[in-house]
Amino acid sequence: MTAVGFRTGTLADPVAARRALVVALGVAAAIAYVVFRNQWTLPHNDDEPLFRTLNQVQDAVASNRTVLEPVRAGVAALIGVFDNIIASLGWPGIIGLAGAIGLAFGGAQLALLGMLGFASLGAIGLWDESMATLGMMLAAVVIALAIGLPLGVLAGRSNFVTAILSPILDVMQIMPTLAYLAPITLLFLIGATPSTIATLIFAMPAAIRITSLGIRNVSPTTVEAARSLGSTNAQILRKVQIPLARRAIGLAINQTIMLGLSMIVITGLIGAPGLGLTLSQGLSKGDVGSAFDSGIAIVILAIILDRLTFAAGEWMDPRVRAQIRRGGRWVAVGAPLAILGVGLAAPLFVDATAFPDAFAFSFRGPVNEFSDWLTGTFQGITLATKNVVTFGVINPLEGFLLSAPWWLVIAIVALIAATVSGRRPAIVATICLGLIVLLGLWEHSMETLTTVLVGTLLTLIVGVAIGVQTARHDRLRAVLRPILDAAQTLPAFVYLIPALALFSPTRFTAIVAAIIYAAPPVIRLVEVGIRTVPATVIEAATASGATRRQLLWKVQLPMSRYALLLAANQGIVMVLSMVVIGALVGAGALGFDVITGFAQGQHFGKGLAAGVAIVLLGIMLDRITQGAGSRRRTTMARAKAG
Amino acid sequence: MQHNRWSRWVAGVAMVSLIVMGCAKSSGGTPGPSAAGPSTGPVASGSAAPAGSPAVAAATCTGDGSKGEVKMMVNEWVGAAANVAVAQCLLQQMGYKVATSTLAEEIAWQGFQTGEVDVILENWGHPELEKKYIQTDKLAVDAGPMGVKGIIGWYVPKWMVDKYPDITDWNNLNKYADLFKTSESGDKGQFLGASPAFVQYDEALIANLKLNYKVVFSGSEAASITAFQEATKNQTPLIGYFYDPQWLLNEIELVQVKLPPWTEGCDADLKKVACDYPAYTLNKIVRTKWMDTAGDAATFIKNFKWANADQNAVADAITNKGMKELDAAKQWIDANPATWQAWIP
Repeated sequence: MTAVGFRTGTLADPVAARRALVVALGVAAAIAYVVFRNQWTLPHNDDEPLFRTLNQVQDAVASNRTVLEPVRAGVAALIGVFDNIIASLGWPGIIGLAGAIGLAFGGAQLALLGMLGFASLGAIGLWDESMATLGMMLAAVVIALAIGLPLGVLAGRSNFVTAILSPILDVMQIMPTLAYLAPITLLFLIGATPSTIATLIFAMPAAIRITSLGIRNVSPTTVEAARSLGSTNAQILRKVQIPLARRAIGLAINQTIMLGLSMIVITGLIGAPGLGLTLSQGLSKGDVGSAFDSGIAIVILAIILDRLTFAAGEWMDPRVRAQIRRGGRWVAVGAPLAILGVGLAAPLFVDATAFPDAFAFSFRGPVNEFSDWLTGTFQGITLATKNVVTFGVINPLEGFLLSAPWWLVIAIVALIAATVSGRRPAIVATICLGLIVLLGLWEHSMETLTTVLVGTLLTLIVGVAIGVQTARHDRLRAVLRPILDAAQTLPAFVYLIPALALFSPTRFTAIVAAIIYAAPPVIRLVEVGIRTVPATVIEAATASGATRRQLLWKVQLPMSRYALLLAANQGIVMVLSMVVIGALVGAGALGFDVITGFAQGQHFGKGLAAGVAIVLLGIMLDRITQGAGSRRRTTMARAKAG
Repeated sequence: MQHNRWSRWVAGVAMVSLIVMGCAKSSGGTPGPSAAGPSTGPVASGSAAPAGSPAVAAATCTGDGSKGEVKMMVNEWVGAAANVAVAQCLLQQMGYKVATSTLAEEIAWQGFQTGEVDVILENWGHPELEKKYIQTDKLAVDAGPMGVKGIIGWYVPKWMVDKYPDITDWNNLNKYADLFKTSESGDKGQFLGASPAFVQYDEALIANLKLNYKVVFSGSEAASITAFQEATKNQTPLIGYFYDPQWLLNEIELVQVKLPPWTEGCDADLKKVACDYPAYTLNKIVRTKWMDTAGDAATFIKNFKWANADQNAVADAITNKGMKELDAAKQWIDANPATWQAWIP
């Protein structure tokens, strides 16, 4: 019954039995590859019948578009309301309002941040664009919350609703936003309105999920106590659950706004005015500097709104409120009102329609100089790196995936999934890849899969390397934190041009952009994982004479296995979300199909199918990496019990 | 306790008054794409333009906006922004309100249906869109050529022509295929395809002309521009899809590779095409209903016509000199009165 029995010929140890099976199947796969190479490879065909059918769907929908006219008009009206509020307030009013809100919810520091933040938007010369973006975003957030909060409360109370909503929310979050731009423009045409609708689709899942979590986290004993006192369901909802979940609701509002902001850049592509537009205009002029200005404006807007709404959310908790309130009733209410009053009265003295020129500055010059220096100095190294990685890793993997028969690739992926994560992810993987075959996008999906896998691998290497260092050195972490925050919030469009100059339009450039975006969360997760290894374990190891290297490899990394797996999972999802942007810099494949479908109506079907294919790849990779931790545990448990 | 209620009242009243303020204005204004035109000047559509605004853009590009509204579509490229900036400046001086929106070509045509787009100043071909919107649905009309000739083709940086003079003949391209090999193209030479928004059929051309090349798509105009800039700066080989007019051609020199010349009907079947891209007479497309009611503005648009050199000059001022669009337009307008005075009805 123990491993010792192995030598006597009985494979009583289930782990060893499984390992032997995997090896046998692996050898069979290798033989099959050699025999069936370059057959059944499903090369890409632009004229797939499915694409043509979807094109017909496009025509059918286009002729019946008027059904959705009330929706469109309603959203447009809401955007108009916000635009007019912002215009009536003028720049002094907005700055005053930000100061008042900051002071009321968080104190002088927050007020100063809000006021200076908005002022800097004006100083950069992007006030009108920032306000246009703000108006659209507020409309999107209001609608997202109006629908999402009630749904979240409902989902929090009912498992049935959660079960129905969960897969829908998964798709809404995994599907790259550029992928559902084409259907949205098909339904709602162009301008600020479809941009707002796309934004609210992307942001709503956060509202629903966090609210649901908040309601579920309300202590069941409290609910029972209320019920035992004779409260009806409605009373429990209104007087117990929602008040106690108030902080979570505040967080839901905050996250909805942040997700809405990340859509700004995309909205520039469908004619919405604002910062997204100036960003892509800077890109088409080859002007890194002005793209950087727009990018920084987006980051500043994100920081201000994040801090203000987070503080507002925290303020809803009476305990936090008591800590903030200082100076008595008159100061706490009077000071914010005074600032707001100044802001509202200012149009009498100053021109409120355009931000004054006196404080103008721009990053354009310095950034362009820096970019030129960067591309001039490092090009030799970067091109060499690109060639090494491309010829060494990307081309071999892509060559294998493209030359193997499709059924063999599915079998191998299912085998890997079963070994790493268990039966269910293997089934999911098989279904997803099978659907991709049916969609007629096998060749491009394999190319995209290659880029995603290599990108994730490099992200993990970079992430673990840096994460380990930041776990050890506090000062490094403090230095890196703003850089990592910027790498995540700054739209990729800003650094695309230097990346293109350094690496030319290639798959590797797309991978570099993905690494910059995906590495920060991986670094954070690795750091947290290593830091939470119990101090006692570390002491025991050092006491038995382990060197630092041994400590890292034999104690810290193995014990933070689950954090590492979570990092791998997050890394994959984030790299996948950069697939379409990667196509803008030469990655081709599915991302390119999506953009083509969006830009040219005759390829609408192909674009839509490509978007679905990206979602399928995402679900497959997500399930495989999510399940990776739990499978080993069940095997070990079973082995011990046996 | 009381304080809590009082501050809640104050917040409630503040919010209600903000909303009332917003709704009261919106019943008068028009919702829709707001005027994030090429300039950050104070002229807005939907609400009345304020008088005496501090001059950020050129002062004489403004007017009272009382004669009507024109919604112009701007393509993503700078040349189109140049067209629109000049037209916008003159139309505003004539007393019209101009709203601009930047859109992909295909999507802009859809705007003719909803009334969100009145004028497309630079249209590159698109026979299938013309058939649908102009001939079948009668939602738009062709307002005549805008004077610029659009040339799409295969281009190489000048240094390559200096070093290999016979590279401009397509028959010699196979000889040089090895030069163009990159990490993306395997054994074949790399041909840099363009942004997916552009009409291109280079894969068919390469297959039908039996060339040993592979098309790698740059994915965006910015990627193509950067690639040609780097190829010129570092003297690395590059052949790819490019076009005139484009502001880059004012900055670096690119030479076109001659493919078999275009003849009528040779590009009828895009799978069998083996001839060069046709020269495009870029034309203006206008929304029918707007055309019928817009009076002087419609006549102005019909008369608008300028040459490649004019557009490139304004585009150059915007990109390489970093001027704002309306400022660059004003500069050109001051220097070329003879050209634009003919457009004003």
